[in-house]
Amino acid sequence: MLTRKEIAEIETEFSRYEQKQAVGVEALKIVQRHRGWVSDETLQATAEFLDMTPDELDGVATFYNHIFRKPVGRHVILICDSVTCWIMGYEDMIQHLRKRLEIDFGETTPDGRFTLLPHVCLGCCDHAPAMMIDDDLYQDLDLEKIDRILGAYE
Amino acid sequence: MKCPLTEHIRPGEAPLALEAYEKKGGYSAARKAVGKMAPEQITSMVTDSHLRGRGGAGFPTGQKWSFVPMEKEVHRRKYLVVNADEMEPATFKDRLLLEGNPHQLIEGILLSAYAVQADIAYIFLRRAYVTAAQRLAQAIAEAYDSSYLGSNILGSGFNLELHLHSSAGRYICGEETALLNALEGRRATPRSKPPFPPVVGLWGKPTVTNNVETICNIPHIVNHGADWFRRLSRTPNGGTKIYGVSGRVKRPGAWELPMGTTIREIFEERAGGMQEGYRFRGLLPGGGSTDFLIKEHLDVQMDFDTVQKAGSRMGTGTMVILDDHTCPVGLVLNLIRFFAQESCGWCTPCREGLSWMARILSAIEAGQGESADLEKLQRHTGLLGMGNTYCAHAPGAMEPLQSALKYFKEDFNRHIQEKRCPWR
Repeated sequence: MLTRKEIAEIETEFSRYEQKQAVGVEALKIVQRHRGWVSDETLQATAEFLDMTPDELDGVATFYNHIFRKPVGRHVILICDSVTCWIMGYEDMIQHLRKRLEIDFGETTPDGRFTLLPHVCLGCCDHAPAMMIDDDLYQDLDLEKIDRILGAYE
Repeated sequence: MKCPLTEHIRPGEAPLALEAYEKKGGYSAARKAVGKMAPEQITSMVTDSHLRGRGGAGFPTGQKWSFVPMEKEVHRRKYLVVNADEMEPATFKDRLLLEGNPHQLIEGILLSAYAVQADIAYIFLRRAYVTAAQRLAQAIAEAYDSSYLGSNILGSGFNLELHLHSSAGRYICGEETALLNALEGRRATPRSKPPFPPVVGLWGKPTVTNNVETICNIPHIVNHGADWFRRLSRTPNGGTKIYGVSGRVKRPGAWELPMGTTIREIFEERAGGMQEGYRFRGLLPGGGSTDFLIKEHLDVQMDFDTVQKAGSRMGTGTMVILDDHTCPVGLVLNLIRFFAQESCGWCTPCREGLSWMARILSAIEAGQGESADLEKLQRHTGLLGMGNTYCAHAPGAMEPLQSALKYFKEDFNRHIQEKRCPWR
């Protein structure tokens, strides 16, 4: 079941598109914002609300990198692994993150604080290496800077 | 030197609000043209300006607009879509324009939509550009309040709705027809062409899709004319270009320069050349899907035609430098993995081929390659090339690979002979 708030937010999107189904991606982002991720039940409820089959909407959900179909931690680390960051020290950064958080890609720390994911070019190659945590962008990374940044997230 | 696109951009500072933008001459092109010039007149100005699409393919913008049906008697809904899904590896030029001067983009959208008589416009923005999303949303609200958007714009009788669509992250959405499917709420797979989007596009309606940098040029062309715009360039491709450099250079960054500035001027004078202790080996001139160029190409002028003659593409114009501490095989593997991961899976050569090539490259990089692997890779650059796939995704992926096999063959051979990566 979608909450009233979720429904209200999804409904404001309808007027922006010619067809209801076009709201799919935005609807998934809305429910994910409220619930952290998109479970099978949430997907089904959202699909029903948009007059789509669950498979149809899942085809959309699984297509995109920012829709999470598995539970994630309170914060999601997206580390850029594209060409410039790779040249500028990505491998040292990711080794450090793995060691510090004791998790690999796609995993969440036991305390539920961080999920670690690789990410395509973040579009700030003049300040590589870079990563995002939730909506915050961090550039010109080095190992000490990563430690400081992680410390700011609960 | 004239820098119309970036004149009012101060990196690190908030962009101009509407009133400040107007004080700098902003929206004067909109006031001059909307309702006062015939839409076709704007299209022919843009055609005469020799503006070519800045998303990477370089298609003439005026020509694209001229494909849109303009008959008044059967008015159909028409769309303008701004491609702000900047995800090409090593590209960071549209971010500058989106964050730096959102009203310039909105004015460009208004003029472009008026030229093709579009009723509805979308900015298709990549999910990761959070700051851009906030600034655009604010600027759009200001533009509605001041009658630059909405109904009866500036009393002209022209109506335009502008929506910001923030995507959910997938490289293929930058492909024009995949983007349209994404906007319709479908999986972002490319469509077969023809019909082309200017005739049959979003929900089957005529749709023009242009890159952010392309659209940002329109107010300046309308204000100063086609001749002025052509003269900004050092070559027959009109205008300025936002070039960028990243990698082991002294001053990585992005700069607006005359179209046709040489690679050497951008790389040595703007980016300051290589960092101490690093030597230049090659560069990708315009993103991950362009062929390598090497030292002998440093005096090539960066425009669409000249770079093509040199055996590559200008692409997005943001170059990444390969230095002597970086393994070329590892770099190509990084790119092919990216393209394999971001393949939409719609057609077989791309879905299957790219993954297999990533495996072969990965084996070579790990010291487990065989000499026959190089022939396999070479053959597949043709099998995954233009004409064998649904869109330009796999052919684009082949560009850095085929040129690496040409210019860095010795490095591939060393991996195979020494059974290890010489850089590790």
